[in-house]
Amino acid sequence: MHHIYCPYCEEMREEEEYSYTGEAHIERPKDPASIADEAWGDYLFFRANPRGIHHEMWYHTAGCRRYFNATRDTHSYQIHETYKMGELPAVTAPTKAALVADKAKAAPVKDKAKPKTKTKAKVTPEEQQGDAS
Amino acid sequence: MASIIKIPIALQRIPSGHTMKKYSGFSLFKHSLSHHENWQAVWRSPQPKKQYDVIIVGGGGHGLATAYYLAKVHGITNVAVLEKGYLGGGNTARNTTIVRSNYLWDEASKLYDHSLDLWKDLSQDLNYNVMFSQRGVLNLGHNLQDMRDIERRVNANRLNGIDGVVLNTAEVKKIVPVINDSQDIRYPVLGASWQATGGVARHDAVAWGFARGADSFGVDLIQQCEVTDIIKEDGAVVGVQTTQGFIGAKKVACVTAGNSGVMAAMVGLRLPIESRPLQALVSEPVKPIIDTVIMSNAVHAYVSQSDKGDLVIGAGTDSYNGYGQRGSFNVVEHTLSAICELFPMLSRVRMNRAWGGVVDTCPDACPILSKTSVKGLYFNCGWGTGGFKATPGSGHVFAHTLAHDEPHPLAAPFSLDRFNTGHLIDEHGAAGVAH
Repeated sequence: MHHIYCPYCEEMREEEEYSYTGEAHIERPKDPASIADEAWGDYLFFRANPRGIHHEMWYHTAGCRRYFNATRDTHSYQIHETYKMGELPAVTAPTKAALVADKAKAAPVKDKAKPKTKTKAKVTPEEQQGDAS
Repeated sequence: MASIIKIPIALQRIPSGHTMKKYSGFSLFKHSLSHHENWQAVWRSPQPKKQYDVIIVGGGGHGLATAYYLAKVHGITNVAVLEKGYLGGGNTARNTTIVRSNYLWDEASKLYDHSLDLWKDLSQDLNYNVMFSQRGVLNLGHNLQDMRDIERRVNANRLNGIDGVVLNTAEVKKIVPVINDSQDIRYPVLGASWQATGGVARHDAVAWGFARGADSFGVDLIQQCEVTDIIKEDGAVVGVQTTQGFIGAKKVACVTAGNSGVMAAMVGLRLPIESRPLQALVSEPVKPIIDTVIMSNAVHAYVSQSDKGDLVIGAGTDSYNGYGQRGSFNVVEHTLSAICELFPMLSRVRMNRAWGGVVDTCPDACPILSKTSVKGLYFNCGWGTGGFKATPGSGHVFAHTLAHDEPHPLAAPFSLDRFNTGHLIDEHGAAGVAH
């Protein structure tokens, strides 16, 4: 079970206080009537569903009842950060090009130790780099 | 004279360099004389060839069934099944083995009923005992709206030729004497739908049986072979990059359940699927008390008893996306509180094991059996929390889709297009698991 930091309450709370509400940063098309069915279907149903870094919305149902975003690893379940609506994530998934470059330069240290810190509101620049590179 | 002698099916198979020895009472006796040490390997472990006609990614029940029917029905045997772990080690090994076909809508009920038909003769067809036991399935109702939905669903089922009856509390109690029929509990049992032809099967045997069958036709089952990239040229698939090198094929079929999104991302596609852990658990073995399958959508609990005596209990999915094959404790707690209310006598039964599988949930709780915008790339996924029951049917219709590059009539409504046309098949009510 997760301990999740609510960026509005500024406290760690148990997972059961929250509701998960899906992928974050999905923008509703400005003029739905004018777009093709493909674009509308894409907006409604199609999701990134990555194995790894995922930006997602949570709702503090039994707390402040506000939505916020979290960056969570869907494989390790580590929550890297939580941030308010409208803000951008500090931790993002490495791009495919970066992964290839990383593999080429450092094959033996493939399994870099991940920062073992507990959930934080913000990650420090070092951690962020450690995850992104 | 010889022309009228029917050649047994086992001898008709002309596999490439591998003759499957038939299992029988006689072979069991014969091998007992040599202390069962000389049984033939159930399948070969070949090195991958450079090129196949079809590559199936994912060696679970659905992938193996697809390979089996591709070879048996369509005669396409130059096929490889690539599995990153071991055969049947994913959701095939992690489900609660329930088989039924009482879905609401025509499209879904026909697909699942097609599967149920195949289940009936599957052990004979595969010459492998999948222990399919038609012990009946109850779907409980706990309030007036549940009962109305059950009546609607049972009526729809009967119109589609699927057996079903609506039972009241007393009739449920007669089938399951250990159920709590008190009307004073928070979610009293007001009745149920009953599909007598539903039941359970042995999950591992299904994977192994299909694997053995596919192998006997010459299909290469390659384990410990993870697909790391799908290679395409000019918008068409040419093969896959794997941990055992490049393997070429003009048709690649992903039957990868929870990892389907990862596969799609390899060619820059997105799917209407989110992967979540679904949990199940088994108790210590107890004496026979439940000889049917009991499911409750509303309080979210379902239970059956295995031949060994363990109570096989299904819990819900975690609310959030996850690829860890484990689930949250609060989900287990929620399910067990419901089980204890329905079966007070189980309150002190200890749970032996709990596990999670990564299920591919779809917005309409129905599968995707589809071609994609990439030529030669196919997906069979989105079975979510209820794919096991569909294993033979899924493989059967998907093999048709692969062989003809056109969907089988039963699979046609389950194309990816439906998420753009809006022709969804909403089976959340009958899917049985709260998403």
